Amino acid sequence: MNLTIASGKGGTGKTTVAVNLAVAATREGRRVQLLDCDVEEPNCHLFLEPETERRRDALVPVPEVEEAACNGCGECAAICRYNALAVVGSSVMVFPELCHGCAGCWLVCPEQAITRGERSIGDLVEADVAGLRLAYGRLNVGEALVPPLIAQVSALRGDADLTIVDAPPGTSCSAIAALSGSDYVVLVTEPTPFGLNDLVLAADVVRQLELPCGVVINRAGAGDDRVHDWCRREGLEILLEIPDDRRVAEAYARGDLVLDAVPGAADLYRDLMRTLMARAVEGAA
Amino acid sequence: MKIAVTAQGPTLESDVDPRFGRTQCFIVIDTDKGTHRVVDNAQNLQAAQGAGIQAAQTMVDQSVEAVLTGNCGPKAFKVLGAARIAVHVGVKGTVAEAVAEFTAGSLPTAAAPNVEGHWS
Repeated sequence: MNLTIASGKGGTGKTTVAVNLAVAATREGRRVQLLDCDVEEPNCHLFLEPETERRRDALVPVPEVEEAACNGCGECAAICRYNALAVVGSSVMVFPELCHGCAGCWLVCPEQAITRGERSIGDLVEADVAGLRLAYGRLNVGEALVPPLIAQVSALRGDADLTIVDAPPGTSCSAIAALSGSDYVVLVTEPTPFGLNDLVLAADVVRQLELPCGVVINRAGAGDDRVHDWCRREGLEILLEIPDDRRVAEAYARGDLVLDAVPGAADLYRDLMRTLMARAVEGAA
Repeated sequence: MKIAVTAQGPTLESDVDPRFGRTQCFIVIDTDKGTHRVVDNAQNLQAAQGAGIQAAQTMVDQSVEAVLTGNCGPKAFKVLGAARIAVHVGVKGTVAEAVAEFTAGSLPTAAAPNVEGHWS
């Protein structure tokens, strides 16, 4: 089962739910893979503390120009939709940070002066920790190519009973990149006006992607009932309510698993996992 | 000498556009002949990114020797520099006033971009 933990609003508890759910499922003997696709600020590993990590460069294609072969015709710059090239005289200036690797320039160059090179936009990291396979992407600071790195983390999907993707917040390209390939989406929200506003937006995206989804209300009891009312009206299942409890925040701040730190939490996550597995079976049927 | 001024409208009475990459248009002036014409920049106004680079490319293609504008970022500055086009930033008033200042020699050449890039 491919599960994506998403939310419109940041800071609602996606990572907390993703990590604790992954560990709860692992402890029940399931083969679990956790993919942290929040590549601008990956943090699942902070709670799992892997001892050894396998790191490699996340590479994207970029043009390499052989100056001697270039006659300055300008076709490369003309085809580039990302404005990553400029031609001055018979020399091509490349702005790699604007390149989306579409291949247009090296395909169109009549002199074959441009070839496909590569550059690193960040790291791809894999680790095994406590029976759980963790993978995450870490985008270099100042880099804007979020979706390609998410796609590379997503491609590390292997053989598992349960693959959990921790998505970036919001409803933009990066969140959508993290949702692709999922069978079921868990939208984490909080019972506040901000939580509701962004839940409405996120649920709309998930609906347009035609993915089944349910809602986890974190910090339940902290706000009001509008999220509950909206879910009921929209027919969205509330999968779990995590009570507003200072001990959860304290465990998070220490980098501990909520499962181990807060009495009763292990039961909540085990129930959530079973509900999700049941939805997966229903979805496949 | 051929120079270009970023302009908010298509006439010499239009105000100088403070933006280089996303200027409304360029007015390219031949200071020897006293003629001018308007060069469109609509495509760069719509660009998601790299407007400065492509506006600089337009300047290169127009074979101008100097650009008069409000602000110029690092990428555009790099392209203009490679083409040895002089950049004058902080230019205000109408296009005609800017050209008069330029021909009077009272506009200093920028040695570096005067604003940050918008991208990285």
